[in-house]
Amino acid sequence: MAYSEKVIDHYSEPRNVGSLDKSDLNVGTGLVGAPECGDVMKLQIQVDPETKQIIDAKFKTFGCGSAIASSSLATEWVKGKSIDEAMSIQNTEIVEELSLPPVKIHCSVLAEDAIKAAISDYKSRNEG
Amino acid sequence: MKLPIYLDYNATTPVDPLVVEAMMPFFTESFGNAASRNHAFGWQVEQVVEDARESIGKAIGAGAKEIVFTSGATESDNLAILGAAEFYQKKGKHIITSPIEHKAVIDPCHALEQRGYEITFLDVDKDGCIDLKQLEESIREDTILVSLMAGNNEIGTLNPLSEIGEITRAKGVLFHTDATQGVGKIPIDVDEMKIDLLSMSAHKLYGPKGMGALYVRRKKPRVRLSPIMFGGGHERGMRSGTLNVTGIVGFAKALELSMAEMAAEAERLTGLRQRLFDRLTAELDYIFLNGHATERLPNNLNLSFGYVEGESLMMGVSELAVSSGSACTSSSLEPSYVLRALGVGDDLAHSSIRFGMGRFTTVEEIDYAAEKMIVAVKRLREMSPLYEMVKEGVDLSTVQWASH
Ligand SMILES: Cc1ncc(COP(=O)(O)O)c(C=O)c1O
Ligand code: FES
Repeated sequence: MAYSEKVIDHYSEPRNVGSLDKSDLNVGTGLVGAPECGDVMKLQIQVDPETKQIIDAKFKTFGCGSAIASSSLATEWVKGKSIDEAMSIQNTEIVEELSLPPVKIHCSVLAEDAIKAAISDYKSRNEG
Repeated sequence: MKLPIYLDYNATTPVDPLVVEAMMPFFTESFGNAASRNHAFGWQVEQVVEDARESIGKAIGAGAKEIVFTSGATESDNLAILGAAEFYQKKGKHIITSPIEHKAVIDPCHALEQRGYEITFLDVDKDGCIDLKQLEESIREDTILVSLMAGNNEIGTLNPLSEIGEITRAKGVLFHTDATQGVGKIPIDVDEMKIDLLSMSAHKLYGPKGMGALYVRRKKPRVRLSPIMFGGGHERGMRSGTLNVTGIVGFAKALELSMAEMAAEAERLTGLRQRLFDRLTAELDYIFLNGHATERLPNNLNLSFGYVEGESLMMGVSELAVSSGSACTSSSLEPSYVLRALGVGDDLAHSSIRFGMGRFTTVEEIDYAAEKMIVAVKRLREMSPLYEMVKEGVDLSTVQWASH
């Protein structure tokens, strides 16, 4: 399969690979996918407690090149956004940006799920 | 060293220049139809075809009259299975095979199931080996055919052909073997091994694509097949269609070359295979061998690189032409059915890479490939949440995954 230039770019030089301290109250961690399905994404966000803006994001992904590129792009996009803005990121935007073919759409869905999972983890740990 | 490096010899091979040379005159000069009985153009190529038949037969211990030319192993498998099923249906409608056969065997079997035949798929163990006792016990009054491959195209595991032949002959059941990956690489003798039907393909042994043959035993027992294509009645009625003379000449030449160097080449390839394995395992943890450790094709190495997905790994080694059993590489998004049948976990199936070595593979290429693989695996593991968890001491099987 031929990959788009943007997928190759994110794959070769992924942005924001790594981990944040998941015990930090300002960090939200999303872990989605399953090894049996061939894709697992961990996406973490760090939220400024004052402004409620996402000031940092990291990911680690087990999956195809498109999955790695989708998660790399997702971390780039959430940075600097408010939680609500990040919540509204759609997988279709990722598909478009990376020119993913139809068989790779689920990789972008996973990235969207990872953002949502990280936000909901952050929220659940900061409410009540 | 020329890049990219071809390490997918189990998929196909380049045509040897000597083979091309042998084929050339039959495109333009000696272009006759081997079935033309009434002029020299026909006679000439007919003789060439008969010589090729003789030489191909000899390579597997068979006679010239037992070789039926086809368009490749897919057709040979279909002809053997569907042809025997149809011809022997009065005797019974039961066939035995295994779940890790090539689709060219499995799919005709499934097609027969739709037509009222019964197929037994034997169990395979984690190395891809069948249980001979189970084979013996599975043969019934109405069993007409056992189809078990010589060497597996994905994981390289060899079947014990002689032992299988012993059982099927004693029980009076026909034995078909898809020897596409075995012919020209490992010793095969249809009499010694009591094989009744054998499929082969030229493009796996440095011959042209679209060319194959089916060995059909003529004596003790005489095997009969119903044709699956109808027409001019070529190949003793078993396979109609004007003979592919250039292909046949190329096939015979390619097999002759392979046979001449088979033992030495097997030893050389086994050495390269071991070298690649040793280099990789010296630098990387969590590598799992798929297929049998010793009873395997000399040119095949199939490894799972734990916690790294195969397609992203292949993307990281774009200088190497290899293949993967990962679902991400297939349009069906299903991981390799062969690895699944061995009980290799789906996670490790996604992490598998097949290296196929061949005539033009050098030590230098193997060392380069090992180096590239090591760098790519290490880089992807830095990015792998699974590798991180395992290193933190998390047992992945206890994690609640959100499967989708
Ligand atoms: C074991 C086996 N059987 C059958 C085939 C099909 O061969 P062909 O490409 O000649 O139809 C292959 C090759 O893909 C193979 O490896
Ligand atoms: S992770 Fe399997 S196709 Fe993308």
